[in-house]
Amino acid sequence: MDIANYIYLSVLLFTIGAIGVVIRRNAIVVFMCIELMLNAANLAFVTFSRVHGNLSGQVASFFTMVVAACEVVVGLAIIVTIYRSRRSASVDDASLLKR
Amino acid sequence: MLTAPKLDYALLAPILIILGTALLGVIVEAFVKQALRARLQLVIALAGISIALGQLYLVRNQGSSIAAVTSVSIDGSGIFIQGAILIFAFLGILIIADQDHFAPQASTLPGSIEEASALESGKQQTEVFPLTLFAVSGAMLFPIATDFITLFVALEVLSLPLYLMVGLSRRRRLLSQEAALKYFLLGAYSSAFFLFGAALLYGYSGSLSLNGLTDAIRGSGGNDVFLLLGAAFLSVGLLFKIGAVPFHSWTPDVYQGAPTPITGFMAAATKAAAFGATLRIFYIGLDAAQVSWKPAIAGIAVITMIFGSIAAISQRDIKRMLALSSIAHTGFVLIAVVSLNKSALSATLFYLVAYGLATIGAFGIVTLVRDSAGEVTDINRWVGLGKKSPLVAAVFSLFLLSFAGIPLTSGFVGKFAIFSAAYESGNIYLVVAGVLSSAIAVFFYLRLILMLFFAGETNGSVSVVIPSVLTRIAISISAIATVVLGLAPSLLLDVAQNFAYFLR
Repeated sequence: MDIANYIYLSVLLFTIGAIGVVIRRNAIVVFMCIELMLNAANLAFVTFSRVHGNLSGQVASFFTMVVAACEVVVGLAIIVTIYRSRRSASVDDASLLKR
Repeated sequence: MLTAPKLDYALLAPILIILGTALLGVIVEAFVKQALRARLQLVIALAGISIALGQLYLVRNQGSSIAAVTSVSIDGSGIFIQGAILIFAFLGILIIADQDHFAPQASTLPGSIEEASALESGKQQTEVFPLTLFAVSGAMLFPIATDFITLFVALEVLSLPLYLMVGLSRRRRLLSQEAALKYFLLGAYSSAFFLFGAALLYGYSGSLSLNGLTDAIRGSGGNDVFLLLGAAFLSVGLLFKIGAVPFHSWTPDVYQGAPTPITGFMAAATKAAAFGATLRIFYIGLDAAQVSWKPAIAGIAVITMIFGSIAAISQRDIKRMLALSSIAHTGFVLIAVVSLNKSALSATLFYLVAYGLATIGAFGIVTLVRDSAGEVTDINRWVGLGKKSPLVAAVFSLFLLSFAGIPLTSGFVGKFAIFSAAYESGNIYLVVAGVLSSAIAVFFYLRLILMLFFAGETNGSVSVVIPSVLTRIAISISAIATVVLGLAPSLLLDVAQNFAYFLR
């Protein structure tokens, strides 16, 4: 199979994630979309690693996974706190800062 | 056969010391008695920062681009920015030490019985100190990182603690939590763009390092689509962190919602770190492709300056106003990024220090103006403050004058240095746009000063609390530095010129 297809897939996943962040309203779903974008980047890293024949890209994808895990910890902590205070995880409800 | 990487510990020590201190802070938080904890945390944090500063001073002249194989490059600009961040952290911690601003237990529900009892019993968690230090370690790594993995990790180590710190405010907690949510979601969104940009640039050059990227651009080997898209996505992540238009929308909300001492610290330290990384990426990694990105960044610089200056006029909240003024300042520094010469680099270094010190001082003053419900941030209620407490109002005016770039303050020297560097590099239109938007900005800074001193009577319920010794020290240092750097700029300008270089 043509290796370019993996790049197309990665760009597609990234786009789905990027659009999802903008149109979805639930903070958890928004966060999942961001994770999808990170995974798209990982797929691109691994594919390019194959194209160039060196391992740097694969190493980068491992670092991304670790960082994404840390991000989940912090992100869920913040989202859960908001949910407990408001009984809602909708990003539209969080609008006190709009004058 | 793999060989173990050789690390130059002396050069990496400042970062490692800060990380070690942060870990120590976590242990103290877990095991030390409640009564001792706050004081111990403060002493440990200040000691760690001082030792790191001392070590940084010792190694200041030893540049090395192979301190950690090729992941970091410790050079003049890197060391200068690290030093600036450590000084910001020191002053920031002095103001953060006033624990009155932070929720006693961030996990309790706003308005719940647990929150009230935690408040009453005086059981104050002090996790903000280690969190600050973790953020500082990321901020110190970000401007010296030279490969995309290290850049991404540093960006996250810098950002993740800040997301949490934004949500720790004691009063108006819903606002604070909302700011944390916004900052987190938008920050994670932009760092995903940063990462995808890095992946595309890796696809272009086949190397994760900035040097490899330059070589690939010079040799024009790869697919230019990857280069252009990658550079654009990478810039989104960077421009978000520095708060440039159109990626600025988080700035006013987060600055307003965060506890004020945190706002001051992050405004100064994040900006310095992110600009350090931005300069390195554009000066080293993408230098050879400057025809592609220069017009875009120049356009963003102009829009950012003008937007920040105009939007600040209509703000009724002092923290939002300072946030928008910080956006305008981002625009000024972006002029230097576009100029791409040595004097622009030294001007940026000077500007970041001058702006950071004035910002920490200004937000320090905001923490002092209160009524019974906490800080008063409504500008209309600051009217007549100059009559009630002339000293505080005078020092605040000094910071505002520095932001406005009035002569005899550090802000003027910084702006002058940046504009002359831009003029030197032939970007006259940027200088014109910069001077115009400074003129707009002067209007609202001066209006605020007039309100403080000459308009009407004081609002009875608003008072200026007597600052604690530590806060007083922090604000005094900022104020003295603002004046001294304005009167004798060569003190720092010469240093900045000596340190304004990048190692490849």
